[in-house]
Amino acid sequence: MTSISIEHVPGEEREQADERSRTGGGNGGRQGNGGRHINVGETERWLSLAGGAALALYALKRRSPAALALAAGGAALIGRGATGHSPVYQRLGVDTADPNAVRRNVLAAVLPSRKLESERAYTILRPRHELYAFWRNLENLPQFMEHLESVTVTGDGRSHWVTRAPIGKPLSWDAEITEEVEDRVIAWRSLPGSAVENSGQVHFSDAPDGRGTMVRARIIYSAPGGKTAEEIARFFGKSASQQLRDDLRRFKQVMEAGETPTTEGQPHGQRKEANR
Amino acid sequence: MKAVCWQGKTDVRVETVPDPQILRPHDAIVRITSTAICGSDLHLYDGVIPTMEHGDILGHEFMGEIVDTGKEVRDRKVGDRVVVPFSIGCGKCWYCQNELWSLCDNSNPNAGMVEALYGFSGAGIYGYSHLYGGYAGGQAQFARIPWADVNSLAIPDGLTDEQVLFLSDILPTGWQAAERGEIQKGDVVAVWGCGPVGQFSIQSAILQGASRVIAIDRFPIRLRLAAESGADVVNYEETKDLVEVLKELTGGRGPDVCIDAVGMEAHGHSLDYYYDRVMTATKIEMDRANVLRQVIQACGKGGRVSVIGVYAGFIDKFPFGAIFGKGLTLRAGQCDVQKWMPALLDRVRNGEIDTTSLITHRLTLDDAPHGYDIFKNKEDECVKVVMNVS
Repeated sequence: MTSISIEHVPGEEREQADERSRTGGGNGGRQGNGGRHINVGETERWLSLAGGAALALYALKRRSPAALALAAGGAALIGRGATGHSPVYQRLGVDTADPNAVRRNVLAAVLPSRKLESERAYTILRPRHELYAFWRNLENLPQFMEHLESVTVTGDGRSHWVTRAPIGKPLSWDAEITEEVEDRVIAWRSLPGSAVENSGQVHFSDAPDGRGTMVRARIIYSAPGGKTAEEIARFFGKSASQQLRDDLRRFKQVMEAGETPTTEGQPHGQRKEANR
Repeated sequence: MKAVCWQGKTDVRVETVPDPQILRPHDAIVRITSTAICGSDLHLYDGVIPTMEHGDILGHEFMGEIVDTGKEVRDRKVGDRVVVPFSIGCGKCWYCQNELWSLCDNSNPNAGMVEALYGFSGAGIYGYSHLYGGYAGGQAQFARIPWADVNSLAIPDGLTDEQVLFLSDILPTGWQAAERGEIQKGDVVAVWGCGPVGQFSIQSAILQGASRVIAIDRFPIRLRLAAESGADVVNYEETKDLVEVLKELTGGRGPDVCIDAVGMEAHGHSLDYYYDRVMTATKIEMDRANVLRQVIQACGKGGRVSVIGVYAGFIDKFPFGAIFGKGLTLRAGQCDVQKWMPALLDRVRNGEIDTTSLITHRLTLDDAPHGYDIFKNKEDECVKVVMNVS
């Protein structure tokens, strides 16, 4: 039974806390009943109401246990239509009430004076020292950081970073190591005046009982605005916290399994224009 | 090469596609000799699994001969005859190291998608939607095997394809279903669904010490196969109240272990999908959900419910009170094929497990569309389709 029940979905706050980006207040005022965020579009809400009512009526006519559950499904749909809140959408980060939300999130990340800060942790079944050493050689970073083309260590704790640019010119900046504690912490930041001001920290600590190493990374981006900001928005494509999550996952894959999984380049049959 | 490609609801076609290549250092390429259609493939065929794309190559039960290896492959070499487990493990993460292969941390390239749904992602699976990684499947002449050292079982000489092919999925899947029932001496085990996985659950439950196995289905041939394996059978269509029947058959105690080998098929990850399902197919879905509710209702006090049929979304009106009130243990999940393969190979070799009698149809790859059709519609007493690839 595909039912949409109206329940509180735990983890919502965590998600929001994970990405402490400011979204420019664009979601203000769109709170639904009981403080629930409206994330279902107007047309869909009407369809939910109509569909839910139809289901409930149908079910009431049949009076079997199956129909009872059907009625519950109808009720859930009615609820969704009435409140404009879908816990399923919420969990998936979908917001059909606001098609510009995703774009705004990205832009907000790079608007003048705005900072984008994300933090993620993964547990990796490798010794702490090995993980630290791999990361400390900054030239390894492009192996798992998707948006980097290269990092060149230039000496004196400094390095030159170049982004992978799907469209337009790649961005580049110089960075310096600001803190390092052997096998525990590495921190870096871009030098003042860089096109993309950014800094990062990564902490390595032992997971309990031989379960490997907990790796916690934190990345902060800020940009002075203008054309560069748009360029950053373009290469992000996804939210910074998603980017960090995917980068850390690739770090784990490279360190544990020796390679990242892929299906790029495998065969397939006839593709259709409009894949669902 | 030829490959069976998904082209939409109840539309599979044999197409000519490029041969697979080594894409990563731990890969191997297998030339496939035998491949089967799994009951779970029917859910793809029915179009109820989201994130399928037109042209995706199907199939996750296959075996063959290694014809190429990446430079990091150590334990397999060209010419080795292997059976391939349906889910892909990296062999190095905590889950693989602890024999929870189906929960591998590293093998699903689309793990982020699954995390949005379940919080965390399990392993990638061949030919089973992009949610499970989008890997090209094994209903084809060749397939690429990632981390080939751990994702293939070398087969000794003297065993036929038909004897060992099902080590790829349905035999270990049935075995794990019984194993997770933690069968104790004297236990009565009830198995819902006598498809191929149900059949192996029955054989496994008996080998694991069940005093009695009760098999539930409605198709005569499936019930007959179950009876031949030593189960008492119940045709649920001929009963008024299955829960009462099971109570009766167990002297009022109820089964100690209940295995759900039916499952309820996947729910989407977009709300449009949910909406469509609710509007068009609710009744069908309800019937399917009823199986798990019935399993829980029927299970005796302190019993174990083992769910091996596939569930993917949300269940409404889940009888949690019955689980609590009867102190039940609920286990569920995909099979950790790699864990069971070597021991089950021995049992097949010793003749303890019969793998061939459930094969009702032997076809060629070109016959795949027909195979899907008769398997789905249970025509021609179809229980299991195996395709010979040459």
